[in-house]
Amino acid sequence: MPASLIQPEFKVKIDYDKCHKCGRCVQQCGWGVYSFNERPIPDDTKCRACHRCVTYCPAHCITIQKNDLAFRDNPHWTPALRKSVWRQAESGGVMLTGMGNDRPYLNVFDHLVLDACQVTNPSIDPLREPMELRTYLGRKPDSVEVETDGNGGFHLKEGTGVSNNIQLETPIIFSPMSYGSVSLNVHKSLAMAAERCGILMNTGEGGLHADLFPYQDHVIVQVASGRFGVTPEYLNRGAAMEIKIGQGAKPGIGGHLPGEKINREVSETRMIPTGTDAISPAPHHDIYSIEDLRQLIYSLKEATGYKPVGVKIAAVHNVAAIASGIVRAGADYVYLDGFRGGTGAAPQIIRDHIGIPIEIAIAVVDQRLRDEGIRNQASIIAAGSIRSSADMAKAIALGADVVAVGSAALMALGCHLCQGCHTGSCSWGLTTQKAELTRRVDPEWGAERLTNLVHAWSHELQEILGALGVNAVESLRGSRERLRAIGLDEQTCKILGVKPAGL
Amino acid sequence: MTYDPLLERMPTSRLPSFSDREGVFGGERPAYAEESPFKIHGGCGLMGICDESGKLMSGETAIRAMAVQRDRGNGLGGGYAGYGIYPEFPDHFCFHMMYHDLAAKEAAEAVFDQYFVIDLAEPMPTRPVKGISDAPLLWRYFLAPDPHKLEMAEMTAEDYVVHTVMLINSKVDGAYVASSGKNMGAFKGVGFPEEIGHYYILEEYQGHTWVGHNRFPTNTPGWWGGAHPFTLLDWSIVHNGEISSYGINSRYLEAFGYKCTLGTDTEVAAYLFDLMLRRHKLPMELACKALASPLWSEIDRMPEDQQALMRSLRAVYGPGMLNGPFAIVLGFNGGMLALNDRIKLRPLVAARQGSVLMVASEESAMREVLKSPDKVWTPKAGEPVIARVEGMDWPIHGDLHLSASEVSCAVTGVENSCETVEVV
Repeated sequence: MPASLIQPEFKVKIDYDKCHKCGRCVQQCGWGVYSFNERPIPDDTKCRACHRCVTYCPAHCITIQKNDLAFRDNPHWTPALRKSVWRQAESGGVMLTGMGNDRPYLNVFDHLVLDACQVTNPSIDPLREPMELRTYLGRKPDSVEVETDGNGGFHLKEGTGVSNNIQLETPIIFSPMSYGSVSLNVHKSLAMAAERCGILMNTGEGGLHADLFPYQDHVIVQVASGRFGVTPEYLNRGAAMEIKIGQGAKPGIGGHLPGEKINREVSETRMIPTGTDAISPAPHHDIYSIEDLRQLIYSLKEATGYKPVGVKIAAVHNVAAIASGIVRAGADYVYLDGFRGGTGAAPQIIRDHIGIPIEIAIAVVDQRLRDEGIRNQASIIAAGSIRSSADMAKAIALGADVVAVGSAALMALGCHLCQGCHTGSCSWGLTTQKAELTRRVDPEWGAERLTNLVHAWSHELQEILGALGVNAVESLRGSRERLRAIGLDEQTCKILGVKPAGL
Repeated sequence: MTYDPLLERMPTSRLPSFSDREGVFGGERPAYAEESPFKIHGGCGLMGICDESGKLMSGETAIRAMAVQRDRGNGLGGGYAGYGIYPEFPDHFCFHMMYHDLAAKEAAEAVFDQYFVIDLAEPMPTRPVKGISDAPLLWRYFLAPDPHKLEMAEMTAEDYVVHTVMLINSKVDGAYVASSGKNMGAFKGVGFPEEIGHYYILEEYQGHTWVGHNRFPTNTPGWWGGAHPFTLLDWSIVHNGEISSYGINSRYLEAFGYKCTLGTDTEVAAYLFDLMLRRHKLPMELACKALASPLWSEIDRMPEDQQALMRSLRAVYGPGMLNGPFAIVLGFNGGMLALNDRIKLRPLVAARQGSVLMVASEESAMREVLKSPDKVWTPKAGEPVIARVEGMDWPIHGDLHLSASEVSCAVTGVENSCETVEVV
């Protein structure tokens, strides 16, 4: 019998007439595709189509093609499902994967369009007029109380006003990706870019490496169920804290960092032995309901002199009720992670079949908080496949305060979405701890690319706001009147609070 | 009358159920929303004039100020509000009523009979004017709340009046309260403003403050009640502009209980003033800073305590910020307030001549009315122009204890906005 029934997904084609025989492809590939015998010889079975070799081939003589094997047509039994059965029959295990859900579910963002001004209200030119993106993350009072200073002026009444909010220069932050799942150089790139852009990065559940201390005012420190790297010092360093309950890519299950990725530095930061799997439990074992969450929120606040505390949850069916409970429990922001959100490692069956789209989650949470009159008590961060500034604008129009980007940030650093993060062999040096690979990301280079991405999206958001005829992002936030749906059913439109195009 | 506003207080179970969000998809039209069910776009002209010494001026002044701005409208709406015009009844609430037919008049008068002492009821004096047709029956009433019933209701007189406005606008088919304040009145209709002014014989009224409006809607609502000014008690609001942030402004207000049902920007502006001035007790200057916020770059350069104040105002009232082009004049018994959007996308010119402060969309209006103003200037974006009549009270209705939904219901009279009015 053959070792596997599964045929390679991709075919690596080398034009040997042009090949320099330099061996760079052999050196660049993290997956071990190439061997060298007078010329590079590819092993198609190992290729993940990450294009590292293609990008670095000096002769441009490598191309990757789909291995387009014909299967007997059967829409019910797609080739992918057949391969899954074969793979599980071989391994007996849970299939792991990386990055976000790739199934062709309806993409709501792609069925929403934005408005623009014509005649009765003017559009505004962001190249010539101020166009404000500044956003305050955190709890806000219902009203502002003032006292007169006796000379016709006013000042805030003592102890009132907006406090403990984090100022963001643009409504984009980097989503949590732990040191361990990604390399230290990735973390440094994110932290440096966050500082330059006036935004935030998020440690994820892997603790904060000492090299990031200089950027700590732009770091959200996460407290997840494994409590890796959580110390009073860690909490106090962050600009804000985040309790991670769930993740869009794997709602209801904990984290899994394979022992191969736990080297000495990761182990020190996480405070766990080297080489052991870091498995965070599915629930927090001190949070079995909302009242326990409230205690943890206030414990964290007490430990840090009342810094903001957010709660991250996966978008699931009753997300609106959960979010409402979280706000009432005292959270300063709710982080909603949609089912297309990325991950370093997750069971494929969970990633592809659990959770709801972020668009729906934003809409129902924002509406619920408004119905209950508590929308101002917490900000909403939306994540889970924000792919462009258009997705960002639509998410904000649906009601999000801020969007968080993870996959897009990794892509800025070279990620090609090959879904091999869990293997620890990322050829781009992102989701790996192998020194020969991680050094491929120079933090300075990474920070510049991330900064470029954030600036580019911010400029595009300004263009969108200008077309909408408003000059501050708060006038788009929750303004669903500026969205229309094309090709969405009536019920979905109602849930989104968006009219169909034409109305 | 089926419903007794004060004793039965409109039992909610008997009101039609109508959800805003369902309405988007073709649910039933509210009974008296004769405005378009869609948001009306358009531009306008406006004016406001106030003699801060309290000296009275003829309504002719307001007509002349609007007549030179005729081109800013298209004959589909014009209106005025005058203050200090009824010195013979200074303490009576004056109801200006619009009726579609006699049945509506009888039904509304039954309400007045039941809850008020009517000291004078008369047809609104009008004269035939070319260009004005399809006028509803126009009547005015000088009323005082029946003292016994007022005491029974355990309400302030203002609350009592607003409840009545609410009742008539939402429950009396074909009747609409154009204004309900003391010593003031709104005169509005479908037509060019100078035609409307002549139709109502405004030159025979003397007031210390006048506001006027000329409407250019992009569709043809044709409803007299839909013309500006919108009023509640003695507040009146005229508005030129298109609030590009209408979507979030209305959702923000809904969270406080207001119901934005008419789809007009003016309604949103009126509720925001009510929220900030009456319910949150913000000073007028700061409410203006919240509605037309300074830029962050300006705030960052302010002294530290002002920075903290302005940051809080913007962060808290950001969803209420009126973004997009507008010029608004808010009239009240005691003065007026004029405000432009934050980057001045709509015209607003101001002038002073002695104790007279005037604002208008076009300078031509001042040149026509004031002749030799001491100063004419263009107020900066977001900088309010405030006129106060000497010796008169600050305009906040301290005796008003209305919920947001009651204000919505009173202003619009759309049943939908009344459904959540609580049974006390």
